[in-house]
Amino acid sequence: MANTFELIASSTVGAGGAANIEFTSIANTWTDLVLKTVLRGTRAANYESVKIEFNGSTSNLSCRQLFGDGATAASSSSGTQILFDTSGASNTANTFGTQDIYIPNYAVSTNKSVSIDSVSENNATTAYALIVAGLWANTAAITSIKLTPTSGTFVQYSTAYLYGVKNA
Amino acid sequence: MPNPTRIEINCETGVESIIELTDAEVLEMEAEAAKAEAERKAAEDQAQANATAKAALLDRLGITEDEAKLLLS
Repeated sequence: MANTFELIASSTVGAGGAANIEFTSIANTWTDLVLKTVLRGTRAANYESVKIEFNGSTSNLSCRQLFGDGATAASSSSGTQILFDTSGASNTANTFGTQDIYIPNYAVSTNKSVSIDSVSENNATTAYALIVAGLWANTAAITSIKLTPTSGTFVQYSTAYLYGVKNA
Repeated sequence: MPNPTRIEINCETGVESIIELTDAEVLEMEAEAAKAEAERKAAEDQAQANATAKAALLDRLGITEDEAKLLLS
């Protein structure tokens, strides 16, 4: 059970949108990191895929997704990226997807796992709910986290809140 | 026309910077978007092909989708 849950930093996308959001210079003070995001992308679809990267590295990333779209459940995987889906431009206007991204033991010398719960909100038949198990096979402490939509940009009012969790 | 911008938040200082992408970063972003769109189209086409094949098979078997699910349960 967490003993400390502390806001480290946050960001809200302004009127110009954002090609990506990156938290840098993350201290090794906490035990785990939690990133809570509310995102919408400009992709002309009912979802926007977002990739998460650490320390500027684009290698040794992988994930497996389980997702449902309101009619069908399926799974997929990537051997090169950690991906989740949020709301895209075809979703209900002014409606954003929400994500809970948990990164345990981010500062210890082990490979880094990532657990993501994500939904793409949509007042229509199809909306996506996902759980993602991600891995960054790198033993370096995480000092930066970058979120990048793979096919568009984040729209205004998208937010990202980074929290540090201590277990003592 | 200015390039898109990215957001960088320094967690040590609390400073948030809005930084214009370089031309090289814009090209990389556009290439990734094109690749993602091609993958999305391919996945949609495959899903459509699967749906068509499933409908044809159910028709050939003379059963409904619910009856097929019951058989496989």
